[in-house]
Amino acid sequence: MAIDKDTVRKVARLARIAEPEERLEPLATEISGILGWIEQLNEVDVEGVEAMASTVDVSLPMREDKLQQGDTGGGQSDNVVANAPKTEDHFFVVPKVVE
Amino acid sequence: MTDISNLSLAELRDGLKEKKVSAGEATNAYLSRLEAAKELNAVITLTADKARDMAKASDARLAKGEGGALEGVPLGIKDLFCTEGTLTTAGSHILDGFTPRYESTVTENLWRDGAVMLGKLNMDEFAMGSSNETSFYGPVVNPWRRKGDTTPLTPGGSSGGSAASVAAHLCAAATATDTGGSIRQPASLTATVGVKPTYGRCSRWGVVAFASSLDQAGPIARDTRDAAIMLKSMAGHDPKDSTSIDCPVPDYEAALGQSVKGLKIGVPKEYRLDNMPAEIETLWQQGISWMKDAGCEIVDISLPLTKYALPVYYIVAPAEASSNLARYDGVKFGHRAKDFDDITSMYENSRAEGFGDEVKRRILIGTYVLSAGYYDAYYLRAQKVRKKIFDEFAEAYKKVDLILTPSAPSAAFGLGEKSDDPVQMYLNDVFTVTANLAGLPGASVPAGLDAQGLPLGLQLLARPFDEETMFKGMYALEQAAGFSARPDEWWA
Repeated sequence: MAIDKDTVRKVARLARIAEPEERLEPLATEISGILGWIEQLNEVDVEGVEAMASTVDVSLPMREDKLQQGDTGGGQSDNVVANAPKTEDHFFVVPKVVE
Repeated sequence: MTDISNLSLAELRDGLKEKKVSAGEATNAYLSRLEAAKELNAVITLTADKARDMAKASDARLAKGEGGALEGVPLGIKDLFCTEGTLTTAGSHILDGFTPRYESTVTENLWRDGAVMLGKLNMDEFAMGSSNETSFYGPVVNPWRRKGDTTPLTPGGSSGGSAASVAAHLCAAATATDTGGSIRQPASLTATVGVKPTYGRCSRWGVVAFASSLDQAGPIARDTRDAAIMLKSMAGHDPKDSTSIDCPVPDYEAALGQSVKGLKIGVPKEYRLDNMPAEIETLWQQGISWMKDAGCEIVDISLPLTKYALPVYYIVAPAEASSNLARYDGVKFGHRAKDFDDITSMYENSRAEGFGDEVKRRILIGTYVLSAGYYDAYYLRAQKVRKKIFDEFAEAYKKVDLILTPSAPSAAFGLGEKSDDPVQMYLNDVFTVTANLAGLPGASVPAGLDAQGLPLGLQLLARPFDEETMFKGMYALEQAAGFSARPDEWWA
């Protein structure tokens, strides 16, 4: 299915990527080309086939419900904010969200 | 002792153990080669000081007769692996300045075994590309050139920096990752050995995520033995990755040289493309003869859904990427735009400035196929076709032990030659992407040169978690091919 400029604008908004007005038309053409090629999947009969999200056939492991130590545990607030562009104490600083 | 950089990883490992060479000498030899090879643009961050410190520690351990399986061996690390205290960019502007406070499990395993880090290697941005041209740091140049021609060629992608630096002997071996062919296609284009293990074999923890159900780490090395040694250290169960599989890691090196007599090798007719260069078809036939001569039984098989694998991939991978890359928002790490009016425009401008064109294109496609009204038509359908492709391989592996195909549909091409048409670029992965969708192990082994003097590889695919049989087959192929060509060192 071909997608138009307005759809690209909407999708870019959903993806939180600022696309300048003059890029919308070329993007619509490029993405329509790719989607057109993808649409050959409609030739495949998928009636009754289950959707596959992962090739790993195991149930997700459970762990004991207690605070972990190390990289994936608690007490990492210095590390969590270490690479942020703007922080204060252990908070990420962003433009005002609530008036 | 001969030039240290000409030793294979296995030879260097043995030389270090026997104290014929020190880790310091090996590290300095590679650092000077890396310094001299700037024209290849294979490195994003050189970590010379860290390398010398690690080598010193290795030499101390070796002096005491201690040391791990890779003690003192200098390696290149694809810049997709988080390395504690060392800039990690994923080839993207949006990760400017990102210095992880933790180490990926795969690199941690390599350091546990005594390896030395030389630097972080260039790659396509977020591993999205087949020519290294999407890197914010510019394309890597293939050490190989066409005979009598100085046109710069691509080393393939996304692990182009890994493949080029192994081919040019800038490191003993390198880590890489493969989501649709990013280990095997560059290996084929640079005459290196690339191994993508079974999904779940290597931990994804600390590897910058692209498409989580397809991403898998593996080595690029000079030969099959070196790749076997690397994978043994990289692999293993990790509780920090819930899709990491808890099963023993065999000694892959021990499988090398074991007889392949009686192995059934599948040859899928659908991997014969209409516009494929005749030389690739000829090489494939040659590979079939080699395996037959080694005592294998050749079985013609059919994998009719092959042509749908790339379209499935270009729904599943962008969908997962659009979700994974939502974390780059100018808040938690990396680049934040200077100009914005509110929080939404801060997100939008940071992402617009930070991502390159191919990454943006894939995020938009992923967002579109997951959006209300299109989810069933695209994403759900793709997941169902993926299941059928998975089943088709499972059926084939009831009849055969390994599958032999070409690795890539062409030899290395010129930088800029295919960058205008995304779909043409995507077709580079036509032979490799099926293994990612089905979670299978796959490897590329250098098998010959084309008329222009460029390397071509052959691919072996195996059953899930049967990398041992794959290594047996790779070694047999390597022995038969006797490939020994090296690129001229025009960059030095």
